[in-house]
Amino acid sequence: MTPPRTLFDKVWGAHVVYQAPHAPAILYIDLHLVHEVTSPQAFAMLRARGLTVRRPDRTVATMDHSTPTTSLDLQAADPQARMQLQTLAHNARHFGVRLYGLGHPQRGIVHVLGPELGLTQPGMTIVCGDSHTSTHGAFGALAFGIGTTQVGHVLATQTLLMRKPKTMRVTFSGRLRPGVTAKDMILALIARIGTHGGRGHVLEYAGEAVRSLDMAGRMTLANMSIEAGARAGMIAPDDTTFQYLAGREFAPQGPAWEQALARWRALPTDPGAVFDREVHLDVGDLEPMITYGTTPGMAVPITGRVPDPDRVPEPAQRRLLHKALRYMGLRPGQALLGQRVDWVFVGSCTNGRLEDLRQAARVLRGRKVAPHVRMVVVPGSETVRRQAEAEGLDRVFRRAGAEWRYAGCSLCIAMNGDRVPAGHYAVSTSNRNFEGRQGPGARTFLASPLTAAASAVEGRLADPRRFLA
Amino acid sequence: MQPFTRVTTPIVPLPREDVNTDDIIPARYLKGTDKRGLAQGLFARWRYRDDGTPDPTFPLNDPRYAGARILLTGANFGSGSSREHAVWALTEWGFRAVLAPSFADIFYNNAVQNGLLPARLAPDAVAALFAWVEAHPGAAVTVDLVDRQVRLPTGEVYAFDLDPFARERLLEGADDLDYLLRHLPQVEAYERRWGK
Repeated sequence: MTPPRTLFDKVWGAHVVYQAPHAPAILYIDLHLVHEVTSPQAFAMLRARGLTVRRPDRTVATMDHSTPTTSLDLQAADPQARMQLQTLAHNARHFGVRLYGLGHPQRGIVHVLGPELGLTQPGMTIVCGDSHTSTHGAFGALAFGIGTTQVGHVLATQTLLMRKPKTMRVTFSGRLRPGVTAKDMILALIARIGTHGGRGHVLEYAGEAVRSLDMAGRMTLANMSIEAGARAGMIAPDDTTFQYLAGREFAPQGPAWEQALARWRALPTDPGAVFDREVHLDVGDLEPMITYGTTPGMAVPITGRVPDPDRVPEPAQRRLLHKALRYMGLRPGQALLGQRVDWVFVGSCTNGRLEDLRQAARVLRGRKVAPHVRMVVVPGSETVRRQAEAEGLDRVFRRAGAEWRYAGCSLCIAMNGDRVPAGHYAVSTSNRNFEGRQGPGARTFLASPLTAAASAVEGRLADPRRFLA
Repeated sequence: MQPFTRVTTPIVPLPREDVNTDDIIPARYLKGTDKRGLAQGLFARWRYRDDGTPDPTFPLNDPRYAGARILLTGANFGSGSSREHAVWALTEWGFRAVLAPSFADIFYNNAVQNGLLPARLAPDAVAALFAWVEAHPGAAVTVDLVDRQVRLPTGEVYAFDLDPFARERLLEGADDLDYLLRHLPQVEAYERRWGK
């Protein structure tokens, strides 16, 4: 009898092609997602070494990071970005890779597109030259970001070399109260275990609070695993997962669907399986969370206060907090509620799905964005954009005074021309509040779409629960 | 790739924790299609003042550390984005080794793939090195991959930790790709067995 295994162990075990003694495993990759920023040097390597894309059928490319969000015209991109986008188009043509290019009706952020098309499936190994590839773990896939050299390895061989990571189970018990979301759960976790608390580990999110999340919420959770330093984050597939996938373009159909279901149902962690680490969080009294600093781990409940660095015992952490508060222009002990806000961004691979836009619209319906606030809503994919427009969400945003854009990474990484001006405060539904992330000198508060929308209305950091009566 | 056995150069101290890859190279430098010119963007937000001139208080602009090829820094170096540009910027600048108590997983792997040694030292050793560099700015230090040691001219020796497979790769200047290509028959067998 085989000993009880974790979800991760099962997926890992099914993908080890070969492992020499003391060497890392050669791991087979089922799905390789490609975007314009981290792929050109990998394709150039293939050319230089006379190699081809070994499995173009397992390789899918999209354009998201440097694409304009005000137009679908390549000419709207700056010359360097245009060159990068054209390079991807050329590489995709040359190597026979399917591309969701600018203007394609299904184009989207790589981590929104994969699940939406049904490319992402339970039990798969999925990589991309992008750290937020952890998103796909929400389906019970082993999904992680890699550098460009390894993008080249996967293009050439459909494999990469990897040491088996450790495992950590994160159990979220209890039930979320109204106005509290998956984004608040993951911010609370990172605040608890730190930005390197997950280093070297694959997380598995478990517990009733995770089971109760829809796929969009699960993707938000898995998405920010990397912000806890984890290699990946996984969630066992269940009926919620299967219902989401059923009928999607690249999901198995007919008898193949039934066979897939049987395989997928065997994936969840066996009772008694042992993890290297266990973390428990009760979400019963969790509040909406907000970051105050320059790492995603610097987060407190929205009703909380900015911590005092002088009370931090550890010198390196104290210095880090001092530096963060200086950058953010915040005072120790200051309440977060009421802090001025200049920009609000709803979007990204963390919170740019239809469900996220619905949440923001729920707060904004019949209300106005404060006059001094610029609010930008960027759907995670062109499919999300059309679905949102079919529901009239775009009109809710526009009437409230927000801008409604085309799909892309936009203000999450601020490399497409969208940026928050220096010194301005932005509430952002994205994943990183690093110095300069949303533009040189920009100051970011990470929060859920509900909190972002509530703050847009008040023009100050606001508690969304007051808007959900 | 240039094999790594040992280097003897001054150390640049960067006494910060949690330096992320956005800090190492901001996103606006990622629009190229090759690996060249990235050193220009290395630590750009810290290296330059708002008017674009070098900030003399930033260690990389400090003439005492000129010619340094070893970076000494805090825990969790290279967190965040997977951008390999961070490693390319460091190597183009001339860095051969980064000494830190810990590295983010993806950065660590990217470094090894490019012949940049990510040497993990005990936190006490890193603290001692920072103090030593402050007392001996610009003094050359040896990072020896053969013995997995950092050796100071004043006699102190600190051991560092590295995955043995990664160490072998770095010593040989070898590429994982050759190893993977050699194993393509196993990959084909795997695909047949699993119907992939």
